Amino acid sequence: MTWVADHLSDILWYAGQHTLLAGIPLIVGLLIALPLGWVARRYSNLYGVLIAGSGLLYTIPSLALFILMPLILGTRILDTLNVYVAMTLYTLALLVRTVADGLGAVPDSTRQAAIAMGFTGMRRLLRVDLPLAIPVIAAGLRVAAVSNVSIVSVASLVGFPQLGYYLTDGYQRTFPTEIAVGIVGCVLLALIFDSVIRAGAWAITPWQRVAR
Amino acid sequence: MLNNIGTWLTDPAHWSGPNGIPQRILEHLIYSGISLVIAALIAIPLGVMVGHSGRAKWTVSVANSLRAVPSLGLLFAVALWLGPKIASSLAYVIPSVIVLVLLAVPPILSGTYAGIQGVDPAARDAAKGMGMRGGEVLRKVELPCSLPLLLSGIRSATLQVIATATIAASISLGGLGRYLIDGLSVSDYAEMASGAILVALLALGMDGILALIQRTAISPGLSGKFRNTGDHLEVVSTTARGDTASDSASPTDRADDQREALV
Repeated sequence: MTWVADHLSDILWYAGQHTLLAGIPLIVGLLIALPLGWVARRYSNLYGVLIAGSGLLYTIPSLALFILMPLILGTRILDTLNVYVAMTLYTLALLVRTVADGLGAVPDSTRQAAIAMGFTGMRRLLRVDLPLAIPVIAAGLRVAAVSNVSIVSVASLVGFPQLGYYLTDGYQRTFPTEIAVGIVGCVLLALIFDSVIRAGAWAITPWQRVAR
Repeated sequence: MLNNIGTWLTDPAHWSGPNGIPQRILEHLIYSGISLVIAALIAIPLGVMVGHSGRAKWTVSVANSLRAVPSLGLLFAVALWLGPKIASSLAYVIPSVIVLVLLAVPPILSGTYAGIQGVDPAARDAAKGMGMRGGEVLRKVELPCSLPLLLSGIRSATLQVIATATIAASISLGGLGRYLIDGLSVSDYAEMASGAILVALLALGMDGILALIQRTAISPGLSGKFRNTGDHLEVVSTTARGDTASDSASPTDRADDQREALV
């Protein structure tokens, strides 16, 4: 416990790095997944290709993807961009399907009503379909967030500083406290991500509260 | 850079001996296989029990909450704790296998549980009406019906195990992860990248094989494949239920949904 107190500012700095490495790809991934998911839903012959293609990304083990990134991006091995892009790909792998399914789950009667009220094209997507898909998308986002936080810690093996540093360093120095700090830190961060997404989804879907 | 990797991968010296590619692939498959079998032996009976009786559901939620724990942390913690207590060459293997089992149990458990729980009660009743006993209902109806979800649980567990077995090279486990970790420690990018390519191919290959098994093992009555042929009267009649379900998504689609939710 004294060790934790002594290193609190370091721990917070590593936690901040971890938040960035896991959080930014989550946002970027969502922004890319929204149009891709819409395309998958809109053009049914592309659905299989997009879903299978993004699913394959998730199959690649994280350590391998971190190491292969420089080959694809032309970056150096310790460029943080490698982690950002790899994590964005993992986020995409989970979210394209979620967005497509969320948009597909909008009840047909609702869509018909929106059309009858004069909502067309883009306006219907943004004002009717997308808001109604939020609960499904938020659920997918929570899965992606928890998985991102866990995967980012693996990047410490390559040498990227974040909470995973305490895991590798604690193991090398045979210092269990440090490993405990790393694990607890990651779990707490995952919980925070989860709560923030849940609270965010709750705040922007007031109709869900009325209906219950 | 690509040339270096090509040279590394085609160098005959890297294809033989204890550090050769075939040997490393074999190790990777053995560790992953052992862990998956142990995990399945634990998770499937437990999932069947919980899904069948509806009791002890907390086991599923406990197993699921385990997923927030970073696998790297679990690996190091178990290795540090157990490693010194095991005084043989297995000092690295046993902790790794324990962690791999711990990671493989949750997806298989929740897949089995969800599969058994989601069996159409009408199918269960029909089986009983035909005079099947409890054990027979389980073997002939509930298990085959839950197969899509059970297999997708195994599929995501397999991916998880192959990925984590790679990381386990950092606690001295053999397997393809050796190239990544050893290459990293001597800054040999060609070795690391070659290892990474091999690991990715192994994972994609295993996933493909499991997808194929999933496709062939699942009863046609469930996947709705027979509807198109229509020349088997009996089969068509048994899929009558499947037709209504396929309005939204076929059972295999739903199994895939489950898979996504699991990872």
